[in-house]
Amino acid sequence: MADSTVISVKGLNVYYGDFQAVKDVDMEIKRESVTALIGPSGCGKSTYLRCLNRMNDLIMGASIQGEVLFENRNIYDSNVDATEIRSRIGMVFQKPNPFPKSIYQNIAFGLKVNGFSGDMDEAVEKSLKQAALWDEVKDRLNDSAFTLSGGQQQRLCIARTLAVEPEVILMDEPASALDPIATLAIEDLVRELKTNYTIVIVTHNMQQAARVSDETAFFMVGEDRSGYLVEHDDTQKIFTNPTNRRTEEYITGRFS
Amino acid sequence: MSELRDPKKKLWVKLEGSIVKWLFMLCALVSILTTVGILIILLYQGYGFFKEINLWEFLTGTRWTPILKPRSYGVLPLVSGTLIVTVIAASVALPVGLMTAIFLSEYAADRVRRIVKPILEILAGIPTVVYGYFALTFVTPLLQNVLDDLLIFNALSAGLVMGIMIIPMVSSLSEDAMVSVPRNLREAAYALGATRYEVSLRVVVPAALSGIIASFIIALSRAIGETMLVTIAAGATPKMTLNPLESVQTMTAFIAQTSMGEQAVGSFEYNTIFAVGLLLFCMTLLMNLLGFWIVRRFREAY
Repeated sequence: MADSTVISVKGLNVYYGDFQAVKDVDMEIKRESVTALIGPSGCGKSTYLRCLNRMNDLIMGASIQGEVLFENRNIYDSNVDATEIRSRIGMVFQKPNPFPKSIYQNIAFGLKVNGFSGDMDEAVEKSLKQAALWDEVKDRLNDSAFTLSGGQQQRLCIARTLAVEPEVILMDEPASALDPIATLAIEDLVRELKTNYTIVIVTHNMQQAARVSDETAFFMVGEDRSGYLVEHDDTQKIFTNPTNRRTEEYITGRFS
Repeated sequence: MSELRDPKKKLWVKLEGSIVKWLFMLCALVSILTTVGILIILLYQGYGFFKEINLWEFLTGTRWTPILKPRSYGVLPLVSGTLIVTVIAASVALPVGLMTAIFLSEYAADRVRRIVKPILEILAGIPTVVYGYFALTFVTPLLQNVLDDLLIFNALSAGLVMGIMIIPMVSSLSEDAMVSVPRNLREAAYALGATRYEVSLRVVVPAALSGIIASFIIALSRAIGETMLVTIAAGATPKMTLNPLESVQTMTAFIAQTSMGEQAVGSFEYNTIFAVGLLLFCMTLLMNLLGFWIVRRFREAY
């Protein structure tokens, strides 16, 4: 495994009960870069994403086979603590999901559960600045997070994730519930964050994948309804000269 | 000739709409009118009592002997009896009920929940007279092994058994509130590295707080109003005490005893039960208002 690889997935199969949702994926995810996962609905890209920080553990009946090596250690080994993995591999969800608490407490929550003992005010300010939200909320940190707009809520969720200082951030269609302007703000943020973080982003929007990502992985859904990885390469190459015919058809909009 | 849009049918649809509406409204009115009716009777009969007895004397007097001479109408012994049993019941039911709810909602596998929940609900369906005799003939002798001073009729075992009796109300309603906390809030917390315990206590419970408090209030109102269990197990001695080992009489037990006794309907002695009933009504009302305020104050709306 090359040093530039943060996460290396080997022979990953995901099942919900008897149903195989994802079939036999191998993938290397590069450090401090943005990897986009694209593909039609039901191709298992979100399911796959949720395996990378063991969020699928929380779904009744979900099981996996294969290995997900994070910094050379299989996160599914029996001696690995899933909560530690999740604090190092954060996640931002499709729909903004701030806690029904104040803006301040939304950030402080993650710090508290991870045993943070430093200056809380400073940490909150720092992560809000990183998420480009500080100027908009600095005068109302004690207001409920629900007083924010959808785009601001999503940036708050990103700030909340950044506060616990993860190494990798998984984003599951983070802009799909937002308007175009809020979407651009999130995209700018993603590009900025990759200088310090590794980002894996699921997106339905191919332009978005082209705009923000360095590498793109294309997933398809097979006859048996299982998702599989078709092609993974530099974004430039996927969008201009893909190897696989199916990728080209999808990119050019012949099916979706 | 097609029967589509038959004018006769149209008329019926119109009529049906208003009939159904009135029928439903009538059903809603039944419970409202009953409550109003009860309140009017309480006030009317209570008036007969308060004509003779000063309200202040009633509320602050520490001796309750409405039938025996010398007569005295201080309700505090009944209030203390009610409070002591309720506090004991609450100290059992609230923590155990809440923890049961957290277990069922956050920890238990689906299969376990499907078995445990109905069992708890059966517990809620046992007649209270059974609980009363359970307290009197099983719990009290058991406790007497360790507590020498425990009387046969006592507030302690009545309170403990009442606590067990109302656990299902707390656990079932709290669990409903917790289950309806959106899944994505839990996921947000897990994704930050929170443990199951932290997710339960710092995210789910605060978000479900209004439902949880509501369950507490309903359970406590039930405890205050419960009659049969305390009539059987707590005694019939109105006594101003906070000692749970002693015999007490609750407000409800007094009402039950007096209404079944030999006091002539309409007599002054008979009117005492309406005065006590009125106070009971006010206490429950006050508690509901308090609960309403707490819910508004601490709610984390999602």
